[in-house]
Amino acid sequence: MIDEPFITIRGLSKAFGGQVLYGDFDLDLPRGKFTTIFGPNGCGKSTLINMMSGLVPFDAGTVRIGGRDFRSARIGYVFQNYRDSLFPWLRALENIEYPLKVRGVPRAQQRERVDQLLAAFEIKLDLKRRTYELSGGQQQLVAILRALVAEPEVLFLDEPFSALDYEMTLYIRDKLQQVFMETGLPTVLVSHDLEEAVYLADRILLLGKRPTRIVELIRYDTDRPRTIDIMASPEFVATKQHALHLFREEMLR
Amino acid sequence: MNLATRWLLPLAGPVGFVLVWWGICEMNVVRPVLLPTPFATFAYMFDALLHGSMLADAFVTLSRAVVAFLIGALLGIPLGIAFGSNERLYRSVEFLIDFFRSTPASALIPLFILFFGISDINKIAIAAFGVFSVVVFNSAYGVMNARKSRILAAKVMGASPFQIFRDVLFFESLPQTMVGLRTGISTSLVVVVVAEMFIGSDQGLGHRIIEGEEVLHVTDMYSSIIIAGIIGYLLNMLFMVTDKRLIHWSAH
Repeated sequence: MIDEPFITIRGLSKAFGGQVLYGDFDLDLPRGKFTTIFGPNGCGKSTLINMMSGLVPFDAGTVRIGGRDFRSARIGYVFQNYRDSLFPWLRALENIEYPLKVRGVPRAQQRERVDQLLAAFEIKLDLKRRTYELSGGQQQLVAILRALVAEPEVLFLDEPFSALDYEMTLYIRDKLQQVFMETGLPTVLVSHDLEEAVYLADRILLLGKRPTRIVELIRYDTDRPRTIDIMASPEFVATKQHALHLFREEMLR
Repeated sequence: MNLATRWLLPLAGPVGFVLVWWGICEMNVVRPVLLPTPFATFAYMFDALLHGSMLADAFVTLSRAVVAFLIGALLGIPLGIAFGSNERLYRSVEFLIDFFRSTPASALIPLFILFFGISDINKIAIAAFGVFSVVVFNSAYGVMNARKSRILAAKVMGASPFQIFRDVLFFESLPQTMVGLRTGISTSLVVVVVAEMFIGSDQGLGHRIIEGEEVLHVTDMYSSIIIAGIIGYLLNMLFMVTDKRLIHWSAH
């Protein structure tokens, strides 16, 4: 079965200080799939999703999301560092509501939408609190809810677990999987942990050293919901081994 | 630290200061005509406050300082934010701002006398100028050094430049703006007191201090200095408390 493309990148070029990071880069990411991006340090994993979401400008090329120019797409984005991306002068609730406020949604509907979101994903949070009074995991949860509240067409996450402890990582990973299963929202997550990248993904985008190229878009079609147990399954192990093998070869190149 | 030391320790300094002052008087190191005892000074001060014109003078100085502060801040904050949000604009006025921020406002008193005469407006104008130059700098600086990540977060959520400005940039720059305002209120008081000394006036603590010196009414001079100090201290405290409550997130 061939994937129907949702995000289409053609001829993307980006140089940093005279060094080519991306040169004439093409990529198709599928509709309704969870894609994780994995690759060596400095290959521009985060830069790639930042360019797709309009946070970082690029030198040449086109990015289309859902058939339209990326600039007109509704994007949900979760930053690596929740501390620097949430607004500490607002309460948790106001943080989550902010994208709705930006779009001019009436106040009553804002609250309704947040409640709906919390109920759908069985999340319990004291939304009256200031963000800095919440734990790291709760803050990242607020950041994820904020990214989801305005019904985005695509969700980007830049290493969202890297500042969290392991327990919280497992919890939020499963919440993320739950969100994906219930909404089918195309999701692109940058990861520096191969195990996590395989566990979450339908497609693992393995990138090579700069100038960045696609090593392989690996398929991993195990049914959801996935639990920790699948990490011992032959399929999981084989996929991970395959990715690791490609990764090692890339490092030796 | 137990309760007693927590409350008593901060008192040690002031009590020690008064004791040293008293000791100097008792040992006759300084002629009494130059340095009255602390008790005589405080007794005079309370009397002047309750029955004399000290309260009126303090009020005049305080209101001049506050009016000058408000004028300087109301002009300085919007302009500073405007400069800060436009890097080219800021670069083009950076030298001017740094220069006037570094020039002692009191050095401009003669200049202001030429333009405004020796009026009440003059004292306020020059203090407002001093406030303005420090507030402009700090507001601009706060905007320029706002953390980019939150601005990007708002941008990716679809916020317009105006929304980013109102909902993010303003708050990001607020802590630095408060630094400017705190420095500004101190500057305002300093300049007003100096201006009252040298620009003919018949009211205000500065006037009272210089007159006390001229007619050797030193008890009145010391009392006025202490009152000026108390006003400065209270203003500073007021800003510290406001700062803590307003920018509740900055400690986190």
